[in-house]
Parts: sequence; C-alpha cells; structure tokens
Amino acid sequence: MKRNILTAVLMTIVTTILLGLVYPLVVTGVAQVLFHDKANGQLIVQDGKTVGSRVLAQPFTGAGYFHPRASAAGTNGYDATNSGGTNYGPTNQKLIDRVKQDVAAAQQENPGHAVPVDYVTTSASGLDPDITPANAEFQGPRVARERGISLEQAMALVKAHTKGRQLGVLGEARVNVLELNLDLDRQVPLAKRAAR
Amino acid sequence: MTLNGWVQIALFLALVVLATRPLGSYMARVFAREKTLLDPVLRPVERLIYRTTAVDETREMDWKEYAVAMLLFSAASMLLLYLLQRVQAVLPFNPQKLTGVMPQHLAWNTAASFTTNTNWQSYGGESTMTYFTQMAGLAYHNFVSAATGIALAIAFIRGVARRQMATIGNFWVDLVRATLWVLLPFCVVGALALVSQGVVQNLRPYDTVKIVEPQQVPHLGTDGKPTVDAAGKPVMDTVSEQVIAQGPVASQEIIKEWGTNGGGFFNANSAHPFENPTPLSNLIEMFSIFAIGSGLTYTLGKMTGSQRHGWAVWGAMAALFLVGVLVAYSAEASGNPLLHGAEQHASAMAPGGNMEGKEVRFGVANSALFATVTTDTSCGAVNSWHDSFTPLGGLVPLVNIMLSEVIFGGVGSGMYGMLIFVVLTVFIAGLMVGRTPEYLGKKIESYEVKMAMLFALIFPLIILIFAGISTIRPYGLAALGNNGPHGLSEILYAYTSAAGNNGSAFGGLSTNTPWYNTTLGLVMLLGRFWMKIPVLAIAGSLAKKKYVPASVGTFPVTTPLFSVLLIGVILILGALTFFPALSLGPILEHLLMNAGKAF
Repeated sequence: MKRNILTAVLMTIVTTILLGLVYPLVVTGVAQVLFHDKANGQLIVQDGKTVGSRVLAQPFTGAGYFHPRASAAGTNGYDATNSGGTNYGPTNQKLIDRVKQDVAAAQQENPGHAVPVDYVTTSASGLDPDITPANAEFQGPRVARERGISLEQAMALVKAHTKGRQLGVLGEARVNVLELNLDLDRQVPLAKRAAR
Repeated sequence: MTLNGWVQIALFLALVVLATRPLGSYMARVFAREKTLLDPVLRPVERLIYRTTAVDETREMDWKEYAVAMLLFSAASMLLLYLLQRVQAVLPFNPQKLTGVMPQHLAWNTAASFTTNTNWQSYGGESTMTYFTQMAGLAYHNFVSAATGIALAIAFIRGVARRQMATIGNFWVDLVRATLWVLLPFCVVGALALVSQGVVQNLRPYDTVKIVEPQQVPHLGTDGKPTVDAAGKPVMDTVSEQVIAQGPVASQEIIKEWGTNGGGFFNANSAHPFENPTPLSNLIEMFSIFAIGSGLTYTLGKMTGSQRHGWAVWGAMAALFLVGVLVAYSAEASGNPLLHGAEQHASAMAPGGNMEGKEVRFGVANSALFATVTTDTSCGAVNSWHDSFTPLGGLVPLVNIMLSEVIFGGVGSGMYGMLIFVVLTVFIAGLMVGRTPEYLGKKIESYEVKMAMLFALIFPLIILIFAGISTIRPYGLAALGNNGPHGLSEILYAYTSAAGNNGSAFGGLSTNTPWYNTTLGLVMLLGRFWMKIPVLAIAGSLAKKKYVPASVGTFPVTTPLFSVLLIGVILILGALTFFPALSLGPILEHLLMNAGKAF
C-alpha cells in the first residue's frame, strides 16, 4: 500500500513531464519547422496588415460582399476567442422566428429563388469559413449589382473559389467567403465603383 | 441522404476494419511483453520510468491491489489537475495572462471530468485555460485516463484467459506500456498529420487582425442591453478587429480522439476550424476514435485463444453502429419541418438537411456520422451541436451512451463494458437451456452475475436520480436552454453523458453552476470508478477458476447467433431502463415537431 502511494505520486510527476511537457513541445517544434503557415493559423497578410485567418469566418454585412453564415460566437458573432453555436433545439421558438425573419429578408433580396438552408442557419463553431455553392449562387446577383459587374463575372469568381470534395469524396463542396471577398476587392474594388 | 454520404460512411468503416487486426495483435504483443518494432526506442524510456517511480515490473497484483493502485494514481493525478487550474496564472505558457480557474466548483468539475476520461466541459477552453493547463493538465489526462482504461480491459481479458491464478497483471506496467506503446507513437504521427491539414500548434499570444469590413454593432450597457442616446437613437460601436485564439492544439487534438477523451481545446470542439479544418482531418479524427476499441476485439480473440469470439463481438458492435448512423443520418438529412422556406433538400450545389449548428465542410452526413461515432465510444468530441439535431437525430447519441458505450466503446472501457454484457448474455443463454453457463471455459456463477448486475444497475441509478432531481428543482430548471420536451432531453443528456464518461452535451444547458458542476462531477467519478470495481472483481474471480472443457451443452460464443443474442441483451437492458424517460423527451418532441408545435 505504502509503496503504491509513493509510486502513484512519482508516476504522476514523471508522466506529467513526459506527456504534458516534452510531448507537446516536441510536436510544436517539429510542426513549426514542417508546416509553419498551418501551425500558426494560416493568417493572411495584405499590404503589411494581417487581415484574418484563411480558415476562420469574419463578419461581412455590406451588400457588395458575400456574407458568411450567421454566427453565435461571442456577443456580436464571429468572436474567435469565444467559439460556439446557438444550441437551439429543433422546436425552439427562437430558432423558428429567426429563420422566418431571415428567410423573408432573403426572399426580398432575391425573389423567386429557394433560400439555401445554410444561408439562414448558424454554424457550429460560429467561425465556419465556408458557404455552400448554392448559398454563393444565391448571393451572386446582389453582389454583382452592388459592384456593377455582370452576374457571369461574379459567378466566375465564385467558381474559381469553389472547392470540391477533398480527394474527390470527402466532406462537401464549399466556397471560402473571406478568400472570395478579398479577391473581389482586388478585382473590382468597392471604392472604384463608388467613384464611377 | 446522398450516395456520396453513404460512400463516406462505408469508407470510414472500411478503414476501421483494416486497422483492427494489425492494431489488435500489436496490442496483444505489447501487453504480453513480447518484442515489438518500437522496443529499441521505448524500452529504455520504460525502464527509466520504473526506476524513478519505484515500480518492480516483475511483480504481479491480485484484483484488489490492482484496483487500489488504479484509484491511488487517479486520485493523485486528479489533485494535481485541480491545483494546476487554480494556480495557472503564475505558471509559464500564459501569454493571455488568464487568471486561475474560478470558481472552485468549476475546477472540481473539470478535474473530475478529465480524470475520468469524460472531458465534460463547463468552461470555454480558449477563454479559461492557459496553454500550460491545456498541455500539462488536460492533454496529460487525455493520455493517462485512456491508458488506465486500456489497462483495465487487458486485466479483464487476462482474467478470462488465465487459469487458477491469483493475479491479473501489474497496474503500473500496464499503464506505462499502454501509454508508451499504444498511445504516444500514434499521437506524434497523428498530431503532425493534423497540422498538415491546418490544425494549429503554437505557443504564440492570440493574434489581433484588422478585419476587411469594419462593423457597426449596438453598444451594450452594463445590463447587457443595447443603449440609446438622448435623442432615442441607438448608440453604435465600431468593431474593426478580430482576436484569434491560438495554442498547442494538434498535440491535444489527436489524443482527444485516439484516447476517446473528447475535451476540446476550444469551446466549439471539433467544429472549430483550428481543431478540425478539413474533411480529411475529420476522417482522421473519426478513425482515431474507433481504432483502439475495434482493435481490442482482436486483442480479446488473441489473448483468449478464440479469434472467432473476438469477431463475433466485433460483429455485434458493427451492427449497432450501422443502425445508429442510419437513423441519425436520415433524420438530419430530412431536416426540420418547422423551418419554412429554407431549402433543405439535397442538390448538386448543397447537401441540405438540418444545418443549424453544423459546419458546411462536414454537411449532414459527416455531422451525423461523427455524432454516432463519438457516442458509440466514450469520446464526446463533437463537430456539430447535438442539441440542435432533430429529435431523432439527437436521440441516437443519447441512446448510444445509454447502452453503456459498448459499440467499440471508450478505449478499454468499451471492451470491459462489452464483456460484462457478454457475461450476462452467456448467463441468460444458460438459463434458457437450463445449464450452468460457461464463458470460454470458465463457469459463470452467482458471484460474477451479481457483480455484472451491479455494473448494469449503478449506471441508470446515478443518471435517473440526479436527472430526476434536476427536473423538479429551480436550480436545475434555471439552466435550461430550450423549453418543452427538449428541456428534459438536455438534463437527461447531461447526466447520461457524465455517468457514461462521454462528455458531449446538449450544450444549451448552462451547467457552469454550483449544482450542476458539483453533481455532474460526482456522477462522473461514480460512473467511472464505482463501476470499475465490479469489473475488476469479476476479472479476479475468473482468473482463479479452473478450466472446464467445452461440451455439447456449452453455448458457443463464436457464432452469429451469439452476436444477435448479445445485441438483444444490450438493447433490452437499455430499453427497459431508459424507455420511459426517452418517450417524454426526444420521442415526444419528434411527434410534436411533426405536428407543427414549437416551444
């Protein structure tokens, strides 16, 4: 018994050093060398400024931008220090009212088109960087109108940013909103449109 | 449902099948202390550990000493985790200057949670825990709680395989060998594979970025409500930055799945793009959750000399898994009928379905699959919010945990849990033909059956009592995030998850309160350690028994008939215990939802 108590204490200390410090620090070292960009969050630097992470959503509300999925992370959404979802159950009145309101607004913006479900639901992380191709297509006319470009031009850009299933079968097809919007700003800046 | 969805599910199961034999026979070698490829590297480390911790690796233990050693180690390491949380402010690797974990009931809950392999989280990782606590406190327990589970499963299998012996192995040796041979090597490789997909691994302070389109948001007063100026116009704030939480995530992420732990580095767990950025990382994570549990069925066959028995157990597990995933996937794919006007049908452009609380890269197929996998086992990692699943979609994870997580199961705990059901099945089969039941040459007698029933009864007892109290007391009901039958499901899920050491949640329930933190912590400890003692008692008793050669009256445990009977026992026991509660929760909600009712 006494010996097992001693071993329990010593084992806790020894394994904490090995598994709690040596292991993660070695993995950090190797990861930083082999996959420097990915290990640090795939930050996008533009004109000397860090503008976001390639894999985290940030808010876009202007009509000239594609909008990411709704977010329940933090007070104002898209809080990357406070990830999370609404946890509304399927029969929660708050969920049903919110979706009803958002569907109505969406139908006004793009009448006659079915509203893709991912356009009116919140993501799990609150930081979902992607929307479905259906969602991007739905938003295309609004963005094209606002930027003063043809729908074909807007959809060509969407197509260029559409990722198929990984390895041809895994996951779902998706469009990265931040990358798409940055590209949009590069090709048809909003400021230039305002000046025209 | 789409064809591609089923192809992905089939691909996942195929990978698990392929890994079962090599991993299972490797584990059998490790615990029989035979030579393996990794010995030249690991054997010196192993010897060093024994030297510094005063372990005599040649000495074996009877079941009581084995249980005591396990409890002592768990107590010591739990205490350390509690202390680390409380003093984390002054420890290194704290670039965000986070304070110690307050209040005490939260630190208690977390310490109990990670020691028991539950990883229930009443906190948000990125806003509460320092890098040091995450690495040396939480990820550390992911290793040792998993190794403890594997050790116990191996001890149990030894009990079945041994004849007239008083001992079932040495806890310290099993613990160290499980850690060094089974967990660590895969985690080093797996962590780097995850980083290659975009899981972060760094010690940098959180990054502040200038967002592309600054936003106007309502200014909140001290009461949390939007404020208005003298003219009655809303006051607005400009948000122009986003702070991005970072950390040593990959090293924790991989053991979180490989050890079926489930505690996320971030609050959003495996839904967070930094924990699970791509469909491939998602596949790696799901595979890691099932691999050891599946492999152990092969280890069982190998150590007991009846490979066909191992596969018969595997078959029962696989059948239950497939039924779960079928129900969950079809429920989520058919969507929520109350969301009028939202296009939920699958098309070439979108997978459709119930997308509230799900990520686009996973869609409904990978979300339903992940939810099934994580609750078949005692993992509890989530890549979508179970609380927002349709009633039947959410019923599947809940039922999986209620069946004691024996469908591949938690690492080790799934195996010994399943063997308890095997003992009961053999017993019931014996009753039907009127003979003393035998299991692989061991007579199953009243002592074993009593212990097995203890195991089977403790579980619903601690769930239903505490869930029952919570549904009638104000301190229980105040935490609800949803009303109607869904509220009952939330409470039921919380205690089921805690007792089953799962750790996933119907997250709308705000459990960071004294009542929930304290009682859930207690239920986790009871669900883990109270249930382990009858397991070890059976192992000790079986090891002592004489071998009885099989006769014509012996019920064979190697046939499909046995698998079917085993499934029947698991389902009947689960249904008898939990059906009344389930019918008032998810089942009632399903009926009301289809009748168009909301709460």
